[in-house]
Amino acid sequence: MTAVEAATAGRYAGARVPRVEDARLLTGAGTYVDDISLPGMLHACFVRSPHARAAVKTVDVAAARALAGVHHVFVAADLNPDVREQWHTSIGPDGPETPRPPLADDEVRFAGDPVALVVADTRYIAEDAAELVEVDYEPLPAVVDYVSAGSSPTLVHASHGSNVIGEMAGLPASALQGVFDSAAHVVSETIYQQAYAAVPMEGRGLVVDYSRSTGDLTIYSATQSPHEVRLFCSRLLGMPEHRIRVVMRDTGGAFGQKIMVQRDEMVLMLAARKVAAPVKWVEDRRENLLAAGKSRHEHAAVKMAFDAEGAVQAVGIDFVSDCGAYPTPWPVGTSAVVGVLFPGPYRVPKASFAAKCVYTNTAGRSAYRGPWQFESLAREVLLDIAARQMGMDPLELRRRNLLRADELPYANANGMTYDRIAPLETFEQALQMLDPAAFRREQAEARTHGRYIGMGVSTYVEPSTPAFGYYATEAATIRVEPSGKVNVYMAGGSTGNSIETTVVQLAADALGVNIDDVATIQGDTALTGFGAGAAGSRSGSMSAGAIGEAAAVVRERIVAIAAHKLEAAPEDIELAGSRASVRGTPSIGLSLAEVAAMSYFDPLSLPPGVSAGLEASARYTTRAGIWVNATHACTCEVDVTTGAVKILRYIVSEDCGPMINPNVVEGQIAGGTVQGIGGVLFEELAYDQDGNPVATTFMDYLLPTAADVPIIEHGHIETPSGGPGGYKGVGEGGAIGSPPAVVNAVADALSPFGVTITRLPLGPAQVLDLIESAPGR
Amino acid sequence: MSERSVRMTVNGEVRQASVEPRLTLADFLREKCHLTGTHLGCEHGVCGACTVMVDGAAVRSCLAFAVQADGAEVTTIEGIAHPDGELSAVQAAFRDCHGLQCGFCTPGFVVSVTAFLRDNPGPSDEEVLDALSGNLCRCTGYQGIIRAVHQAAGTLREAAGA
Repeated sequence: MTAVEAATAGRYAGARVPRVEDARLLTGAGTYVDDISLPGMLHACFVRSPHARAAVKTVDVAAARALAGVHHVFVAADLNPDVREQWHTSIGPDGPETPRPPLADDEVRFAGDPVALVVADTRYIAEDAAELVEVDYEPLPAVVDYVSAGSSPTLVHASHGSNVIGEMAGLPASALQGVFDSAAHVVSETIYQQAYAAVPMEGRGLVVDYSRSTGDLTIYSATQSPHEVRLFCSRLLGMPEHRIRVVMRDTGGAFGQKIMVQRDEMVLMLAARKVAAPVKWVEDRRENLLAAGKSRHEHAAVKMAFDAEGAVQAVGIDFVSDCGAYPTPWPVGTSAVVGVLFPGPYRVPKASFAAKCVYTNTAGRSAYRGPWQFESLAREVLLDIAARQMGMDPLELRRRNLLRADELPYANANGMTYDRIAPLETFEQALQMLDPAAFRREQAEARTHGRYIGMGVSTYVEPSTPAFGYYATEAATIRVEPSGKVNVYMAGGSTGNSIETTVVQLAADALGVNIDDVATIQGDTALTGFGAGAAGSRSGSMSAGAIGEAAAVVRERIVAIAAHKLEAAPEDIELAGSRASVRGTPSIGLSLAEVAAMSYFDPLSLPPGVSAGLEASARYTTRAGIWVNATHACTCEVDVTTGAVKILRYIVSEDCGPMINPNVVEGQIAGGTVQGIGGVLFEELAYDQDGNPVATTFMDYLLPTAADVPIIEHGHIETPSGGPGGYKGVGEGGAIGSPPAVVNAVADALSPFGVTITRLPLGPAQVLDLIESAPGR
Repeated sequence: MSERSVRMTVNGEVRQASVEPRLTLADFLREKCHLTGTHLGCEHGVCGACTVMVDGAAVRSCLAFAVQADGAEVTTIEGIAHPDGELSAVQAAFRDCHGLQCGFCTPGFVVSVTAFLRDNPGPSDEEVLDALSGNLCRCTGYQGIIRAVHQAAGTLREAAGA
């Protein structure tokens, strides 16, 4: 199928258009940061702390410096004094940030903390030299258990005066005590989620290339946001922003971990001006698992009050999040979102929440796909526990409480107003695909043969396309080149989100040109307007807005030129198939190439008031975020002898609005869903009780493989958003919806044993423990 | 460290270099041959991103030393498409089935699947999953990759029958 054939009704949006990224990525011709090779380039390797917490007495770099091929060994005293400012745009200059020394100075605060940077001819030599750096550590007691960290006398950051980073709260739980006291049924549990992480297949990395003659700095980066890297770097070094250029071509997955500049990248930026050659640092898997950040690791005491018919009367959540030693960025705001969203897509009249973030001597918290997904995990798991306690069908309990279309817009009890969502519709669609009645018969039959199969569902609503701060605007430049071919310049950049294909589809539609006539240039701050990058499930919907704004200007000019030349009224000119023609008389028209030639080569022939050239830069600003919702439903079989869980069927019904490219939408949903399945069944970024990381390779940190995952069945409900094209964001939802669905399916399978699941992960050992300690055993 | 001369045929071209014995085959391909399509995802032989063919066998190039491939015929992702640039059946199937997103793991999958289907042109569903389980992908949830293997198997069988 060619791209042209794929278009339906003259539109590329909505069609399964083949990706423009694929030709290079399938042939080994992609350009990831490790593929950058510059003349004279040197290679860097970090010396990292083996201790969770220790005083750094001395760092002896003499032997390392003496090794042939070593150019520099930097320690904190060499680089840290050069820091001018360090803050992330999303938090701002006055945010209550964690102190972040680029290299650890007097104290290391987690195993993996960077202490020194070696720069050498090759990575091999840099690694050799790193082993020769002698650091005299005096081990100190570490804060490892985050649950008790808040009251620990040992402090991760003595200067902060407490291990509590911050707290935010809504209505206090005490305010709802009366509701809970008089409720027909109250369910409360404390639910724990283990640490796991984004784990992109490509680690973080950058190449810094400072020119001493011009004072310009070029950075090649694995990032979700080249413009944020440039801004951050300009503040860090006190360099004018326009003297810095950040380039990313291909980023090998990111999932949130590459949104923000972390300490390791700061060190490379600081080293750039001190090394008379370009320097490359690309982290290996061990570094990624040690130091790129962890996510999840949190728990909450949650409770719900119901009336006698099972209608929710109030909910409450008291949430605590382990943020490690150096969270990036300040984590307290995100933790509050867990509380704010805990009521979910349900009719919940009253809600209380409290959220607390604590420091520990472990890897810092970094953003990960659906960073607040604990709200859905806790709510959906608790709903199933409640249903079991009340003797109700968990599906019926949800059906009674899910918001109906006629109730929207609906302000949740914490003040979030949901609109243009379809929670009940996705729920019913998913169930229709699953056929719960048939499954219950199958389950009863299976149990008679000693087989334990189960069914679980979850529903959620999440905000996408944030409408605050620098996320609220996105720019596009559209240039019809003199030959009539089109380039679209956007911040973007391929991180696996298919944003190049999306932009080409949207621009072809917006201009009425053939898709093969459109290309896109992204990921280069020297060429593209400022944009916040791939975050918050914003790329598709914001791109649609920016392209729409720029295309409107270009279209108007094309129409004016064509109308003038064809002696027709502008309103009679239509643009389609890379031609401007007179409506009703398609034979009378001009190709876009002919219009472009007039515009660039014969500017004096243009109609009055029309300037030469066919290009426009414009910026879209959104004033309202976009809600998106889904229901996940799955079935599984638990082997009660081995503890292994096998997912049998997996269904996602998502209301993602109209789809720009169903392949891309389903790919995002499937990828997120499988990350969530991995998070429940396989993955754990574990530490021992002394703070030593125990999962630093893929032998220990287990990712799901093709053999572990089900075929995902997709259902779609289409409620247009209020934004451009009616589009919604789908980047994160899969990772939000899947964990509770899987947990609920396992719990359902094991219901004959009377198990209650409140701790993750559910690896074989944990499943066997659950069965052995179950009351029904 | 004393260097040794290695000579191998990579994608049909003879490559010769003096290398340290500890240089991995992956780094030889990436740094000495400038063939950067072979990617390093774990350097532990688990993720499969670095898979290349050595004398026809799929090999983790992060776990092999360049000197071990002395005299061998090596095929990397850059050598999989037809000489005129047309994608191979496996590559085309990955494109058609949305079998890739960020593309970092893709070269390893394409090489592994190419070797697998050569040896087993009519795999069962279970054999496909088993063959794929040695490569990790973090983007796609494997959905499109599994479809791609079945499509490529069909295309290759048709071509063989024609």
